[in-house]
Amino acid sequence: MGGSMLEIKGLSCGYGKRIVLREVSFAIKKGEFVGVIGPNGSGKTTLLRAISGFLLPRGRTPFRGTISLEGEETRHMGRRSLAQRVAVVTQASDIMPPFSVEEFVLLGRVPHWGGFQLLETAKDRAIAEGAMEMAGIGYLKERRMGELSGGERQLVFVARALAQKPHLLLLDEPTAHLDIGHQVQIMDLLRELNREGALTILVVLHDLTLAGLYCDRLILVHEGRLRAIGPPQGVLTQGMIEEVYHTAVTVMETPTGGRPIILPVSGEG
Amino acid sequence: MGPNSKALWWGWIIFLAGLLVLVGLFSLGVGAVHIPLRKVVQALATGRGTPEYAILFEVRLPRILLGLAVGGGLAIAGVVLQGMFRNPLVEPYTLGISGGAALGVALNMVASGSAALGLFSLPASGFLGAFGVMIVVYLLSAGGGQIKLSRLLLIGVMVSFITSSLIMLIMAMTKVQDLHGIIFWIMGSLQEPNASLIWAILFISLGGLILSLFFAIDLNALSLGEEEAFHLGVEVERLKKVLFLLASFITGCCVSVTGIIGFVGLVVPHMMRLLVGGDHRILMVTSYLSGAIFLILCDTLARVILAPTELPVGVITGLVGGGLFIYALSRRGTTL
Repeated sequence: MGGSMLEIKGLSCGYGKRIVLREVSFAIKKGEFVGVIGPNGSGKTTLLRAISGFLLPRGRTPFRGTISLEGEETRHMGRRSLAQRVAVVTQASDIMPPFSVEEFVLLGRVPHWGGFQLLETAKDRAIAEGAMEMAGIGYLKERRMGELSGGERQLVFVARALAQKPHLLLLDEPTAHLDIGHQVQIMDLLRELNREGALTILVVLHDLTLAGLYCDRLILVHEGRLRAIGPPQGVLTQGMIEEVYHTAVTVMETPTGGRPIILPVSGEG
Repeated sequence: MGPNSKALWWGWIIFLAGLLVLVGLFSLGVGAVHIPLRKVVQALATGRGTPEYAILFEVRLPRILLGLAVGGGLAIAGVVLQGMFRNPLVEPYTLGISGGAALGVALNMVASGSAALGLFSLPASGFLGAFGVMIVVYLLSAGGGQIKLSRLLLIGVMVSFITSSLIMLIMAMTKVQDLHGIIFWIMGSLQEPNASLIWAILFISLGGLILSLFFAIDLNALSLGEEEAFHLGVEVERLKKVLFLLASFITGCCVSVTGIIGFVGLVVPHMMRLLVGGDHRILMVTSYLSGAIFLILCDTLARVILAPTELPVGVITGLVGGGLFIYALSRRGTTL
């Protein structure tokens, strides 16, 4: 673990007149694997957008506080240089780009292009190739994006993010709508990238057990505020979950690692 | 996008460029007076003085060059706007630019401005109308430093309605001889007596192609959605403004010289997307070439079908373009 990757101080931001996040502060060190959890509408996606620059002070959007990436304030960084260091896998959208998988992954190289570059270089192709290999989707490269299943699509999005060669990878619910096999495949891939590629990862997850299994630390966001931060055992307590999610749960432990397993308690049970 | 597809790209470009040359030669030869290719070469060799030379290089060649410039220009504007809006129904005329040009020309004709201002007066008034509309649409939709595309589209369509209503108002209140002039201008024609105007349009449309190519990769990124493009380092807000102004400028220049030649900017990008795919880098080049081919062919048809009477080229582009497109869609069973 190296120095500071991300440092957020007193962040308040939102859309138009609506303020979504209030007074959020935390820091992430290089090489960490951090999960963001919280109920729907609590501000998790907004937090990712603030970090990626999509919500940087523009026009009338409310924005207070500072976000620093590797010691440099993001608001002073150009769009391109930010995109060279931060890659984002957004929530699956229904826009179906008219590209093959390889063309799509190659778009991840665009932030590294010169201003008047029209064609990708051999180096770009090699990096895209490597990213597809890492994500285990090399065999898909000739396929059209529209033909992929949900799980394959998500892996392709991760591969495109990897082609950006980012220092920080942000993911917004990468396991949503996936079967358990694909969920584990994605999370294993992220863990491998984190451990072997020294990639710092900040991932929004809804599945609390999955978040607890893979993340070093968890950030719990509730009603726009940072409610708790720390190792999974400290954040995923029965009291905390019942308070934030208004749902009765039982918390157990995994037999080997002592990680929390969260079971909902059914109303009839 | 391996080496194979790059070779394929070059294949398309060479094929279409060759076709463009052939169509140009064909169009030189046919017309009210038929001039075989052998005579074309002869006229080239002997130079000025022969009647063939005058027909070829003072009547037909300028039309071909204008067809190339306007066909290519409208096609590239169509590619840019369809890419930016991610909407296959958008075309260069959707945003009211053509309506503005037509309004400017109609006002000019009613006020008999041509007599007072001379040869450049019609294109100049078309230009003023087009740019008046462009500025109004831009200012109305770029509130708060951001362009909302849905808003831009709606405002453009509304401005189109307003200008066409105003044109109808003018036509309802005008004299019969002016009416004829307005109607014929609106239907579009590649007949342009002023050579320097033709060169200017050619320069603008080729420049437009080159400028657009610089934004091709950004448009590729934008086809994933605005947020995705943003995360790939694209300055999305600036890109939308630049592309709107660029496409509007090309459209405005073309329309103010030739009138409203429909369908090129809508259909050609679609046909090319079916053939070469969604990558804007190749889409732009092939669309430009095919737009030029398509318009030169349609204009040749317009000249020869009822020769020596000339049909409005806008009618031909609509009939041929629409027919071809429906055929292509139904044959391939493709969806947009």
